[in-house]
Amino acid sequence: MTDTKQMPNTSVDGNTPTHAIDIEVLSRGRNARQMADETPCLQVQGLNLFYGKKQALYDVDMVIPKQRVTAYIGPSGCGKSTLLRCINRMNDLVDGVQIDGRILLDEQNIYDKSVNVADLRRRVGMVFQKPNPFPKSIYENVAYGLRLQGIKDRRTMDEVVENALKSAALWDEVKDRLHDSAFGLSGGQQQRLVIARAIAIEPEVLLLDEPASALDPISTLKIEELIYELKNKYTIVIVTHNMQQAARVSDYTAFMYMGKLIEYGDTNTLFTNPHQKQTEDYITGRYG
Amino acid sequence: MIIQWFKSGNPWIWLTASAVSVSLILVFGLLLLIAARGLGHFWPATIWEYDYKNPDNSVTRLVGEVHDEETVGAQRLREAGLAVDGDADVTRYLLKTGNRDVLGQDFRWVLEPAIQEARTPETLMTVERREWGNLYGYLNAVQEDRQTVAEGRNAWESLQQRLQRATALFAQIRALEKGKIGSINYGLERLRLRERGLELENNTDPAERESIKQARAALNADYAGLQQRLTDLYKAINRDQMTVTVSTGETVTVPLAKVVHAYRPNAMSLPEKLGFYVAKVWEFVSDEPREANTEGGIFPAIFGTVMMVIIMSIMVVPFGVVAAVYLREYAKQGPLTQLIRIAVNNLAGVPSIVYGVFGLGFFVYFLGGNLDQLFFPEALPTPTFGTPGLMWASLTLALLTVPVVIVATEEGLSRIPKSVREGSLALGATKAETLWRTVLPMASPAIMTGLILAIARAAGEVAPLMLVGVVKLAPSLPLDGNAPFLHLDRKFMHLGFHIYDVGFQSPNVEAARPLVYATALLLVLVIVALNLAAIAIRNHLREKYRALEN
Repeated sequence: MTDTKQMPNTSVDGNTPTHAIDIEVLSRGRNARQMADETPCLQVQGLNLFYGKKQALYDVDMVIPKQRVTAYIGPSGCGKSTLLRCINRMNDLVDGVQIDGRILLDEQNIYDKSVNVADLRRRVGMVFQKPNPFPKSIYENVAYGLRLQGIKDRRTMDEVVENALKSAALWDEVKDRLHDSAFGLSGGQQQRLVIARAIAIEPEVLLLDEPASALDPISTLKIEELIYELKNKYTIVIVTHNMQQAARVSDYTAFMYMGKLIEYGDTNTLFTNPHQKQTEDYITGRYG
Repeated sequence: MIIQWFKSGNPWIWLTASAVSVSLILVFGLLLLIAARGLGHFWPATIWEYDYKNPDNSVTRLVGEVHDEETVGAQRLREAGLAVDGDADVTRYLLKTGNRDVLGQDFRWVLEPAIQEARTPETLMTVERREWGNLYGYLNAVQEDRQTVAEGRNAWESLQQRLQRATALFAQIRALEKGKIGSINYGLERLRLRERGLELENNTDPAERESIKQARAALNADYAGLQQRLTDLYKAINRDQMTVTVSTGETVTVPLAKVVHAYRPNAMSLPEKLGFYVAKVWEFVSDEPREANTEGGIFPAIFGTVMMVIIMSIMVVPFGVVAAVYLREYAKQGPLTQLIRIAVNNLAGVPSIVYGVFGLGFFVYFLGGNLDQLFFPEALPTPTFGTPGLMWASLTLALLTVPVVIVATEEGLSRIPKSVREGSLALGATKAETLWRTVLPMASPAIMTGLILAIARAAGEVAPLMLVGVVKLAPSLPLDGNAPFLHLDRKFMHLGFHIYDVGFQSPNVEAARPLVYATALLLVLVIVALNLAAIAIRNHLREKYRALEN
């Protein structure tokens, strides 16, 4: 219950789904971007994914630009989380999954046989829908990834932990109880802790799988502000159910439906002037 | 009305609640019975002196403790050849008369009507001896070097003082024999084995021989010194003796070296009796057994039980956990894994004696025999590990309890939320790192639960142990001051087997029966203590790795 920071004037309706999009929010401090000007970070090429016999992704092609926020929106079960989990090969854990196609990270196919999955996941961090801190202290949670890399020096460790917690805007709230259990934190703090844990190992890409869906509005706002800060350093891909959120935080938005990428473009255009009928139906709340 | 009552579900509440009550009453009743029967034994019982009319009308004097009483029909007694008047039921007492060396028996039944007079003289004395059981009688005189030094009233004081001295000397002798002389014997045996080892290797290095010879000479010189000291101590302890008049009027001479306690229960006040009682209970817990386990304490049995359970735990936990990790985390889930799981579960149902037979055949004869061939050829034909011992007993019990640990650990592993595993993997941990750093610590309470169940099963097991390592009387504890300190090849004593031995194999079953109850109570307490320790650890772990609640 330390989320006492004053609420800014933006309207945050994390709980009540609103379908009509507020243009004012969209245009807040953002210039229209052009995909052609961006440096590509990830390239998804002809990705098909099957869970056993059931196909979950159909021929997805997209380029995710570096140091931008890309949002996936779409109705439940449309495959947006599945696509996200392909990027750090989390789907490998699912029994009977079969993936065709390529995802290039810095020109290197991550599904290549020579790729070490653990190394890949070190470069592509992920934050999940529900905060999942380890049953350890706050400090140890952030230090976990570093310890995996064999870093033992205490001073380095302290520094990295502090920086990560500061980047995740959590330092001021926890600096006096770094060695208390992470379970003592509120849900929003836990989620920021998990983000700090992910950025402590300095990944290139950060995948956020509905990071605010289990949180209250104030915590949601903090996470969103954090995403805004973090995009200066990381390429961020976010899955969200909340279209307002996608509109607020992302530079590019991809709309998915039934396992297919329907429309992908810069956020302003997609929300104000969608090219596809399905996209328009979805963002105006006609289904989904 | 009744139908409605049935529909309301109340009968079920009553039924289930009464089932719980009945179980609780049974458990507590059992414990209470054991405790009452067992703990009463240590109370300093009143000594009665009876003028007892024999069937031929002669009168004898009987002295002893009332051990038991029962009511028998007059008809039955008459059939047994005893003269009884009337048809009323007769009470008869089982009198512990002690004085086995004089009377030839410890117990006799006396009929209540035949007791002409019953007295409890304050000067009657119980003498607990190291041999021949208890002695009841009147103190006559105390002698030093066969010369009477105290008689009559002074004798009691003098006896107590001299008894204290004798007890202290006895403790010294014990310590010397068990400690220093014990380790010299151990050292000599090691030297003999080394020599034999050289012989087997055809090693005729004179330097080696010389060093053995010197070491042996040093040990023998030490031994001669200690032997001298022991002789002196024996001389000192054998100085005093006492003469006691027993019920038959005979005078018995008892050397004080053979006396454990001498007390006058009829003259003791309640606080004195309480103090004596506590001391006796402590002696029972902390002392070694005497007289074919029917007297003295059971410390070696407690020690052996705890030791075996601890070694078993050390063996069973890693093994069970590793097996469970493979089954749950790495093995491909399919019909084969399912079959293995069923087999593991069924293993828990195999009668324990079967494990004992397996342990004897495989561990003791096969593994132990081969170990002896490989590593201890110098001791052959005397087996080192090729004979039942602590290690094989622990290993057999570990085998017996490993299914429990596997099942509990698997259960625990399956309860770790997927999100935590994914969180670790997403940070670049491999599966093994995730298991080691996050999953296993979080599953540790479940592993402890498995261990608790394993301990509960293993600590009470007797049948397989009789085949693989438990003995009636072990000359030395498996842990002592001689390197390597922990002797896994030694045989050991166990509370469960002790109960069986004392209750059914001892020469004096009647006298030992209270000890059976006391030992049973202690076995229960030891198991409870071991379990409580494990439960405390588990609760601590549970608190530490409390699963995500929000």
